[in-house]
Amino acid sequence: MKQDQPESSIVVCPDGPLIVRGDFEIVTPSGLPVPRDRQTVALCRCGASAIKPYCDGTHKFTKFRSGPAVQEGPAPEDG
Amino acid sequence: MKRPAPRGPLSTALLTVLSGAPDDAAEDLDILHRLAAARIGETPDIIDDDDVQLALFCLYELHYSGLDGVDDAWEWEPELLRVRRLLEGPFEAALRCAAGDAAEGLELDSAANSDQVADALFRLAASDAGPSVSRYVARKASLEQLKEFLVHKSIYQLKEADPHTWAIPRLTGRAKAAMVEIQADEYGGGRPERMHSTLFARTMRGLGLDDRYGTYVDAVPALSLAAVNLMSLCGLNRRLRGAIAGHLAIYEMTSSQPNRFYGNGFRRHGFGPDVTHYFDEHVEADAVHEQIAGRDLAGGLVEAEPGLLADVIFGATAAMAIDARMSAHLVGSWENGRSSLRTAGPAAA
Repeated sequence: MKQDQPESSIVVCPDGPLIVRGDFEIVTPSGLPVPRDRQTVALCRCGASAIKPYCDGTHKFTKFRSGPAVQEGPAPEDG
Repeated sequence: MKRPAPRGPLSTALLTVLSGAPDDAAEDLDILHRLAAARIGETPDIIDDDDVQLALFCLYELHYSGLDGVDDAWEWEPELLRVRRLLEGPFEAALRCAAGDAAEGLELDSAANSDQVADALFRLAASDAGPSVSRYVARKASLEQLKEFLVHKSIYQLKEADPHTWAIPRLTGRAKAAMVEIQADEYGGGRPERMHSTLFARTMRGLGLDDRYGTYVDAVPALSLAAVNLMSLCGLNRRLRGAIAGHLAIYEMTSSQPNRFYGNGFRRHGFGPDVTHYFDEHVEADAVHEQIAGRDLAGGLVEAEPGLLADVIFGATAAMAIDARMSAHLVGSWENGRSSLRTAGPAAA
């Protein structure tokens, strides 16, 4: 892997969750770890999941729309 | 797995041939080939043909964990492969026919990008309007029906993910990375006790069922075998790598919500996390997998090999077509107070 690749990434899925991949922690406001069973996770962003912070696919049944497509911009400067 | 009981002349001849040595079977193989040709000529519905589906299931099983007492050398015996191909041809044709209707109105062309492929697959998954096994399980299924449900599922779930794994060396780049990421999760992320097949075995034991792979093959109808044979067909034939990718994508996309309902059905009968964990795990896992499978696996594959779009859709729609028939069979049997199995209750199997 290239040295300047970020260690984690978030995929903004249209009308769906945020897929978080890489090296990261999910913690409560007080810093305690949130139970997590897999390396790559899908985080709810429709608000309707029954297993928040994770996605359970409910967005497909509530017709959640994430709005206009995320614009692809230039890669951020290294640093 | 243990050798199943034959279901007609073709599977009888196959199991007889397999009990011998590959070096000494030319005549029997010739008979087998003729029986196979005759059977596919006369079957009214190859997808629901017990004799053909069991024969195919056994032929494919040689590539997985094998059959008890059967020489491993049969796996690559050319004359046996010839029989398999003879059966696969009309099976695939019937699947393409069954899948055809579901693919109408997708308005996709081979220049589709990965987001468009994922979007089309999500729309397909949402169009599924057949009878719902998951709602029946959640609200109405008796304890005996829950056992039947697990018996049907056991044919695949005790080797969950294996048929799709065949595709890994046939993929490259983004699609390959996506497949491996999904499969690593299916196989427990390095922890054997978390493998989905292991979780399913625990669920079976929780209902007093035998969790050894293949125990209930004799109990399930042709359709249950056809659902697994579809995966083996697409997984073992490199030319169908698009179809196995589409199959996995639609499986993941039609899984999260039903698994929540399945878990609720078992909770309704008082079962605890040892039994329901398998389903609860899939609610969370498949919400991740469906995004990766739709966008990166199926979509990434179509971007790399645009000519595979039609097969991606075929794999997805064939899975839905078989699943719809299976659902109609299960709910139809249960609503009418009948067993959905070939033999009496699973306790007797």
